[in-house]
Amino acid sequence: MIRSVSLPALAILIGASALAAQGLDPGRLLGPPTDAWPTYNGDYTGRRYSPLDEIHGGNVGSLTLAWAFRQNTRGPAPGAGTIKATPLYVDGVLYYAAPDHAWAVDARTGREIWHFAWETSGGIHIGNRGVGMLGDTVYFETPDCFLVALDARTGDLRWTQRIADVRQEYFCTPPPMVIGDNLITGVGGDSLDVPGYLQSRDLETGELRWNFNTTPRGDEPGAETWPNAESMEHGGGMTWLPGTYDPELNLYYFGTGNPNPVYAGHSREGDNLYTCTIIAINPDTGEMAWYFQVSPHDTHDWDNVETPVLIDGVFEGEERRMLAQAARNGYFVLLDRVTGEHLLTTPFIETLNWSSGVDEAGRPRPNPDKEPQPDGTLVSPAEPGATNWYAPSFNPDTGLFYVHATESWAIDYVTDTGDNPQGFAGMAQQLYARHLLQAVDYQTGNIVWSHRYSGSGGTRSGLLTTAGGLLFAGDPTRNLIAFEPATGDVLWHVPLHAPVSNGPITYEMDGRQYVVVGAGDMLYAFTLPD
Amino acid sequence: MSLRTVSRAALLALAFNAWPEAARAQLISRPVPPEDVVERGRAAFTVSCGFCHGIDARGGEGGPDLVRSEMMLNDEGGDLLGPFLQVGRPDLGMPPFQLSEAEVAELAGFVRAQSQAVINRRLYVIQNVVTGDAARGRAYFNGEGGCNGCHSPAGDLAGIASRFDPPGLLNRFLYPGRGRGGSQPLSRRATVTPAAGPAVSGTLEYLDDFSVAIRDANGDYRSFSRDAASVEVDDPYAAHVDLLGRYTDDDIHDLITYLVTLE
Repeated sequence: MIRSVSLPALAILIGASALAAQGLDPGRLLGPPTDAWPTYNGDYTGRRYSPLDEIHGGNVGSLTLAWAFRQNTRGPAPGAGTIKATPLYVDGVLYYAAPDHAWAVDARTGREIWHFAWETSGGIHIGNRGVGMLGDTVYFETPDCFLVALDARTGDLRWTQRIADVRQEYFCTPPPMVIGDNLITGVGGDSLDVPGYLQSRDLETGELRWNFNTTPRGDEPGAETWPNAESMEHGGGMTWLPGTYDPELNLYYFGTGNPNPVYAGHSREGDNLYTCTIIAINPDTGEMAWYFQVSPHDTHDWDNVETPVLIDGVFEGEERRMLAQAARNGYFVLLDRVTGEHLLTTPFIETLNWSSGVDEAGRPRPNPDKEPQPDGTLVSPAEPGATNWYAPSFNPDTGLFYVHATESWAIDYVTDTGDNPQGFAGMAQQLYARHLLQAVDYQTGNIVWSHRYSGSGGTRSGLLTTAGGLLFAGDPTRNLIAFEPATGDVLWHVPLHAPVSNGPITYEMDGRQYVVVGAGDMLYAFTLPD
Repeated sequence: MSLRTVSRAALLALAFNAWPEAARAQLISRPVPPEDVVERGRAAFTVSCGFCHGIDARGGEGGPDLVRSEMMLNDEGGDLLGPFLQVGRPDLGMPPFQLSEAEVAELAGFVRAQSQAVINRRLYVIQNVVTGDAARGRAYFNGEGGCNGCHSPAGDLAGIASRFDPPGLLNRFLYPGRGRGGSQPLSRRATVTPAAGPAVSGTLEYLDDFSVAIRDANGDYRSFSRDAASVEVDDPYAAHVDLLGRYTDDDIHDLITYLVTLE
């Protein structure tokens, strides 16, 4: 393993003022994202809504570049070139990761403070969603499934723990989440039917605190939704995006990935719990409080890991504590997050054809005729889904839930028709796709406005809303756009060198509001002119 | 679910099953030994191991799946398998095997090849898409689908079946994107009318919500801000998109079964 620090002595001197108030106090994880963006979603709610309003609809037109930062991975690092991570902002420093790499960047100037490089032993380098932080320690996961703890001041390695076996085809992308005494870690990997799990690790050592399997073992609850033990133990259900947290209920909410084998459902008849499911778990014990399965018996590779966003508000005249998700399968789902009671299930794209409707429990039911077949089945949405990992946003000022959506089609095939299919066991051949920004009324599921992008390409941008009446989004080509969140009117845009590839963040520093986005291998910071 | 059986026109499909090698670019996660090593391993496995573990190593009545076995996935060239075979699992009815180092490596190589064949999705082969009825496909082409409004079997589609394999042709008539599985239109034409100045037509080079760029008849690249110009895109693929929302799965299989007759 190598660790490289750019001009370390100088970096420490320059960083000194920024790092004066060293470390991230646990209490700051509970606050709204104003002078810090201390977790993946800015706060535990997953709303990606900031109360900052210095930048607003009246002045966003004069937004200007503060700085740009180009990351240097110094050598071949497949997949490491695109910033998918949401950076954390703490006390003048941005922290983020890419596969095998982590950086600290001076938020005043865009100057690299340190760069940590991990010598990989393999794994799929598809992306890294970011780092977690507490005190003066930064945590991230590597493609070969090590949990790595770094000194936030210097980038020095503190410790590592292996959290999954890359040789079984696990690979790891999510930012670890700090919840109380727990460092919550997740895993990914679809290629060879490994089972998914979520774990809590010790913040000081990385030792295992508890493990939660996302598929049952033996005669555990949920086993009745699988034909046999073999199918559950090879049933998938990955945990590759961070969840959200309600500190009062002490419940952590997360989604699980698709079941395995991916496209062949014939060896795993049943609903396949707890794959494609929203799960509420006690973060101190790993005990499940409730679950809601959004895609029973998925056969389309539609991981259900999209952010479960916490909403406090009115539903049918009653104050509720709720949870909303725009799922990869094309349905918007609203639940009571205290009990898991189902409130609403509505499609947020128009082309969806895979479901025969919503059952009494509010679950979309798969239409058996739209499962993949050896000769192909025309399915909408296509394999990347109606949405995907890129973060949605909920704005309490408008009551709207915003999500980047895709209306698309694919031909889905089963290629392994034997009794014991393995791995993907099939494929999806993508056809046509069009990209939308949807504003969903959380109380009804109605699409209040929809912006169809003219450009082609793939939307990979997360969303951000602010109290300044702004919705920031990256389009499928390479524009960063500020929308008016109630109407969808475009207020401002700027073309970058590459499409926005992460979720935008905002924070206040030195009395000014900044907006930072990742596009390809660069970070851009915007602020108002002096 | 039940799998639709593939039987009709299977012979026809065989002719197209040779997928271009380039399209099978390797997506392996770990190296597979040379083919001769794997084949010697396969032969030995079939004789000595297949009875319990299945000839595909995915497990049988007596022995577990080895393709997804933790030990075999951690093995390198037989370094774990060799010591294991010397002892076996007598408690579970598996006898020890005394094999040379090379024989162990060949067995491990065969199992590695089996697991990588699962992992490497680019090696997956579509079995057969030609499962419909050609006469119904022709009727759809000339009737409900309205395909004959733009296409003709004797014209642009003459010999189409000899240019694409059936899965590729299925993709292309559903949406004529760039390459198999592509979702980008091959080319579109656009007419841009600036607020001041004459309209310009050309091949669309770029379009987003704010700007448009075309290559005009002279080969010149011209870009415009959409604030000060209106854009009309002539999208010849719009009819294909419209059909995506209307096809039944029978329709698409009838159509491909008809189209593969246009050799």
